[in-house]
Amino acid sequence: MSSETKQILTTDGIPLEVSLKKAERKNKIKAFLLVAPLLFFLIITYVFPIGDMLFRSVDDKMVTQMLPKTFKAMENWDGQDLPDEEVFAAFHEDFIKLVEDKREGKLSTQLNYTKNGFKSIIKKLRRASKKFEEGNYKEQIMSVHKRWADVEYWRAIQRRAPEFTGQKYLKGMDMYVNEEGKIVSVEEDRRIHRVLWLRTLEIAFFVTVFCFLMAYPIAHLLATLPMKYSNLLMICVLLPFWTSLLVRTASWMILLQQQGIVNDFFVGIGLVADDNRPEMMYNKTGSYVAMTQILLPFMVLPLYSVMKTISPSLMRAGKSLGGTPFVAFWKVYFPLTIPGIGAGCLLVFILAIGYYITPALVGGASGTLISNQIAFHMKSTLDWSFASAMGLMLLSGVLVIYWLYNKIVGIDNIKLG
Amino acid sequence: MVSKKDFVKFDQVDKSYDGKVLVVKDLQLDIAEGEFITMLGPSGSGKTTCLMMLAGFETPTNGEIYLDGKAISSIPPHKRGIGMVFQNYALFPHMTVYENLAFPLRVRKIPKDEADKKIDKALSMVSLQGFAARMPGQLSGGQQQRVAVARSLVFDPQLVLMDEPLGALDKNLRESMQYEIKHIHESIGVTVVYVTHDQSEALTMSNRIAVFNDGKVQQLSSPDELYEKPVNSFVAEFIGENNTFGGEVSDISGGKCKVKLGNAEILANPISVKGKGERTTVSLRPERALINPSTKMDNLHKGKIEEVIYHGDHTRLRINLLGNPEFILKVPNSSSNLDIKLGNEINIGWNSDDARALDPK
Repeated sequence: MSSETKQILTTDGIPLEVSLKKAERKNKIKAFLLVAPLLFFLIITYVFPIGDMLFRSVDDKMVTQMLPKTFKAMENWDGQDLPDEEVFAAFHEDFIKLVEDKREGKLSTQLNYTKNGFKSIIKKLRRASKKFEEGNYKEQIMSVHKRWADVEYWRAIQRRAPEFTGQKYLKGMDMYVNEEGKIVSVEEDRRIHRVLWLRTLEIAFFVTVFCFLMAYPIAHLLATLPMKYSNLLMICVLLPFWTSLLVRTASWMILLQQQGIVNDFFVGIGLVADDNRPEMMYNKTGSYVAMTQILLPFMVLPLYSVMKTISPSLMRAGKSLGGTPFVAFWKVYFPLTIPGIGAGCLLVFILAIGYYITPALVGGASGTLISNQIAFHMKSTLDWSFASAMGLMLLSGVLVIYWLYNKIVGIDNIKLG
Repeated sequence: MVSKKDFVKFDQVDKSYDGKVLVVKDLQLDIAEGEFITMLGPSGSGKTTCLMMLAGFETPTNGEIYLDGKAISSIPPHKRGIGMVFQNYALFPHMTVYENLAFPLRVRKIPKDEADKKIDKALSMVSLQGFAARMPGQLSGGQQQRVAVARSLVFDPQLVLMDEPLGALDKNLRESMQYEIKHIHESIGVTVVYVTHDQSEALTMSNRIAVFNDGKVQQLSSPDELYEKPVNSFVAEFIGENNTFGGEVSDISGGKCKVKLGNAEILANPISVKGKGERTTVSLRPERALINPSTKMDNLHKGKIEEVIYHGDHTRLRINLLGNPEFILKVPNSSSNLDIKLGNEINIGWNSDDARALDPK
C-alpha cells in the first residue's frame, strides 16, 4: 500500500512528474512556436476586426463629443417643453466651436440619421450664427427656422446623448425607438431589411437543397468510379474553383440573359415563344442558378471524402442479405453518408448566407441578399456602424445555426475529409 | 434428404472484364449439396471472380450458372438467397450486432418474435450471446468475423459463400476460427463455397478443393488426394512443399518410367508422360524421402548437406542431390541420431511410386 502511494523518483532523485514536465516543455514550446504565426495572423485578421466591428456597431460617441456642453445642460431638461435658455446657450457655444473646426457638416449628417430635416436647418444656422448677438440665444436660434422651435428636434438631439446605442441593431430589424422610448416597427412601406433577411435565409436554404440534390450523385460517382475516370470527373468538379468568381458569374450572365444562350435554346426547341422569353436573370432565379453552381464543390468534396471511406462491400452485403438495391442504399449507404451531408450542408448554407458578389451581379432587385445591403452601407451611405451591426447580426445568425446543428446532429458527426 | 450432386453447377463459364483477357476460362464445376468446397489459388487466378459470379455481383461473359437446377444469371443478387461472408466482414458499422443480424430477416418480413429466436440461435452458434447490443466497432476482429458468419447464416440460406473471411486475423485466431467454421458447417449441413489463398486453411476445412490457376481449375479433389496425388506440376508446387527434378523420359514400362537428369537416372511414377523423349518434372514430397532407408527403396542416391535448419519438432536439411541444390528433406527430431552435419555426404532413398513425373515446368 505505502509503496504504491510513494512518489516515484527518477534515477537522479527528481520526482517523475517534474521530470516528465521538463521533458515535455520543450515540445510544448516547439508546438506553440509552430502555430504562433497563424495564431497572430488570426488575431490580427479575425479577432481584432470582429471586436472593432462590435464596437463600431454600438459606438455613438461622435455626437456626444461634438455637443458636450449641450448634453450637460440637457441633463436638467424634462423633455416636455422646449428647453430653456441654458441649453440653447450651451448648444450655441458647442456649435460655434464646430463651425470653427469646420465640423458642423458631420453633425448635420449624424443628426439627420436620427431625424430627417437637420441638414438644411444646420446650414441655415451656420449662416445666421455669424450675425448672432450675445445673450438670448433661445430667441435668436428659434428665429432661424421654425424647426428649431419644434421640441421634436430637440428631443432628437437629446437621443444622441449616450455614448453607446443599440439603435443600429433595431434599424437592421426595421425597428426604432420612438419618441416615447418604445421599440416599434417602422411603417410597412419602409420595411426593407426584414424582407432581405428572410430572402437571404430562403435563398441560402434552397441553394443548399439544390447543391445537395446535385452533389450527392456526383460524389457517389466520384467515389465509386475507377481511378482514371474519377480523376477526370474530379477535375471537372474542381475546375470552377480555379476560375475567378467574377468570370464564372459573368459567364452566367451571358448564358441567362434574355437574348442569351439558354433562352435561345429554349426558343430553338420551341419551348417558349421568341417574343416571350422568360427572365432568368436579375431576379431570384439568377441567384439560385449561379450560386448553386458556384457552391457545388463545397458540397461535393465533403460528401466525396465520406463516401470514399464506405467500403463497396457494404452495399454488396446489403444486397446479398436480401435487400433490394433501394433498401441497401437507404438502410446501409445513406446513413453512413450523413456526416458528409451535415458538413456539406452546413458549409454551403453558411457560405450562401453571406454571399455577395454573385447576387449583386445576377440577382437584380429581387435577388439581392443582406450582404449586398451591408456593402451598400459600407460604400455608398458610409454608415459603417449600421453595416457593422448588420454584419454582426449575420454572424450571430450563423452561430445560431451552428448551435442548432450541434444540438440536432452533433458537431462531432461532421466529416470534412 | 437426398443430397444433390450438382446443387451448384458452373457450365462452361467464361468471364472477361476488358474483352481481351479471360479471367475465368471454360469453367466446369459441380458442387454437391452440403459440401464444403474451397476455391484455392494465387491472387488473380479467378477464384474470387467465380464467387462474385455465383453471388450475382458479376455476370458471366459466357456460359451459365445453375443453383438447385435453376439458371441464375438473370436473377439479381438480392433474390438469390445466398449468404455471404466478405473479406473485411462488411458489418454495417452504424447498426448494432442485433440490427446487423436482423437486417436479412426484416427485408424478408419475418415477424419480430420469430426473428429474435433466429438471431439468438445464430449468435449462440458463434458463441456471442450477450453481444447483441454492441456496435461492430466495439468488437475485436475475431468477434466481428463471427458476427459476419452469424449474419450470413441467420436467414437459413442453402448456400453460403465466404470470400477469404479469415485473411485479416492473426495466426492463432485464424486457426481456431477455421475449426469453428468447420464445426458450424458440420452441424447445420449448409453448402459452403470458400475462397482462400491459404493452402493450409483449405486443407483443414474442405471436403473438396478446387485449385485455380490462370482462370482454370487445375485439380478438383479431396485434400489428401490433392496433396498426395497432384495431377500437374502447378498443383504439386502450390500445395505443400515439393522437391522437383527436371529431366527427360528415357524409358517407360510397367507403370514406371526412367527419367534422365544430366548423367544420373531416377525411377518415377508416370502421371502425365506418355512416351520416351518427353520433358518432365518429377515431383517428390520432402517427407517421402528417407536418409539411409532401412527398407529397400528403388531410388537411392548420395547427396551433400548444404544447410541445416532447426525447426523445433523437426530439422530441415537442404541437400545438393543429383544437380538440384534445393532438395529439402525433413528429419523428425525424436530418435534419429543420424550423422547430420554440414558438408556430410548421406544416402537418400525414395520409392518410385512417390516420385510423380508430371508436365514440364
